[in-house]
Amino acid sequence: MGIATTASMTSVILNAFWQTLYMVFWSTLFSVLIGFIPAVILTLTAPDGLHPVRPVYETLSFLINVFRSFPFIILLVLVIPFTRLIVGKAIGTTASIVPLTLSAIPFIARIMENALRETNPGVIEAAKSFGASDFQILLFVYVKESIPRMLNGVILLIISLVGYSAMAGTVGGGGIGDIAIRFGYQQYKTDYLVVCSLILIVFVQLIQMIGNHLYKKLS
Amino acid sequence: MITISNVQKSFQDLKVLKGVSLQIEDREIYGIIGQSGAGKSTLLRCINGLEAYDSGEIIVDGTLVRTNDKASLRLLQKRMGMIFQNFNLLERLDVYDNIALPMKFWGINPRSPESRSKITDLIHLVGLDDKIHVKPRELSGGQKQRVAIARALVLDPPFLLCDEATSALDPEITKGILSLLQKINREMGITVIVVTHQMEVVKQICGKVAFLSDGRVLSEGKPEELFIKPSVPEIKSFLRDGSELLPETGVNIQLFFFGPGAEQPIVTQMARELGKDFSISWAKLEDFRENVYGSLVLNVQPEDAESVCAFLDRKRIYWEVLD
Repeated sequence: MGIATTASMTSVILNAFWQTLYMVFWSTLFSVLIGFIPAVILTLTAPDGLHPVRPVYETLSFLINVFRSFPFIILLVLVIPFTRLIVGKAIGTTASIVPLTLSAIPFIARIMENALRETNPGVIEAAKSFGASDFQILLFVYVKESIPRMLNGVILLIISLVGYSAMAGTVGGGGIGDIAIRFGYQQYKTDYLVVCSLILIVFVQLIQMIGNHLYKKLS
Repeated sequence: MITISNVQKSFQDLKVLKGVSLQIEDREIYGIIGQSGAGKSTLLRCINGLEAYDSGEIIVDGTLVRTNDKASLRLLQKRMGMIFQNFNLLERLDVYDNIALPMKFWGINPRSPESRSKITDLIHLVGLDDKIHVKPRELSGGQKQRVAIARALVLDPPFLLCDEATSALDPEITKGILSLLQKINREMGITVIVVTHQMEVVKQICGKVAFLSDGRVLSEGKPEELFIKPSVPEIKSFLRDGSELLPETGVNIQLFFFGPGAEQPIVTQMARELGKDFSISWAKLEDFRENVYGSLVLNVQPEDAESVCAFLDRKRIYWEVLD
């Protein structure tokens, strides 16, 4: 029995690991692509931005705070109709990408806004003095100078999405975290709990290491 | 040529420029000096349109500087390179790409053979040949400012604007940067406008200077005329920077030495000829580009003042009694 259990445990966990990778990869990609837009709007319309527009900045900022304050497990349920609209079903690994992405957008938008706005205002002024257009300043100065900081933000996002994806089990998302909860915690299978936790620890450390290495290389 | 006439500018309720007029001729090094808060940096930023002014006119080579006409403002900014107190280089770009940045804004390929030779020439001009692929964080302050100077020159501007460009540098490095500015002015015929609060800068390189105080030009002329025998109390207090303590009894007479007569041993002559006692309270030598100018404060007894002044007049020494 011992051997049979080990074999099935390996395949269960391997399968779950792929599910985690799948959910985290796509929700990171979508949320970064979508979240970049409000981040840029916030940067441009901020009081110290290229085109300060108070109402725009404050409204958007308020909305981001509202979405960030939703507990993820509530959001998961709330967006079910929306998920069904986009994916065609509300349950499963692919379906769970929708709530994961939605919860990640305001998070990464805020992080990227902070990264962009940390750009040295003197450099922006220098660019202006050479006749740069606003678009050129955004591209060649804001974005270019902020890439390492934005990368740090994405690493932070990936790691929190790994954590959030555990809760995606509620809507049948699967993944390592889900196995840890269902097998390890609810069925008292300590070996599952330990192995899943170890995998998550190693995975998160690895991502952070890669992130730190890239940050150093890019800055 | 830059003509500034009656320019006014306010930030909310604060009037920063209260009717500034001056004229900057081609190929000169023009200094704008004053205490912090005098409005000098704002004036410079109005010249290249980084800041809009409320009224008056700034005309650069026949074109009116207007910040609401973006297209013509951009063309004007192309003709005016600018350097800053904190260098303002892009941290993620190496020396070459920092210098090339303005080219990108003008659709010039920084990797084309012409661009390459121009940028390497500029790197050579500022003396950083061995730093071409080094990032700013590995450079010293003086080297960063050299990169910024090369960057400001990459679009071949006829004007170079310097906003407190040496204020963050130590005196030795400052000298190097100033002689580089001088070289650029002489060899490339570029008009240099220097905003500073440092007397040393004006004395070393400026052919003409305007003294700004509280948003107004109080005095304009050659640095030696302005600062050896300052005519307005604001300049006097700026020069003295409160550090000198003059005796409160007796009469303090300030002597100015420049031009012919500066080499006479005037103090010992006076002591011998008049047979009076006096003390030296303060003295200073100033180096204005090629010339040395001196100033001396003598403290004399009130009853001797008249004969001392008469002696100085005879020797054609410029003097004045200090209050």
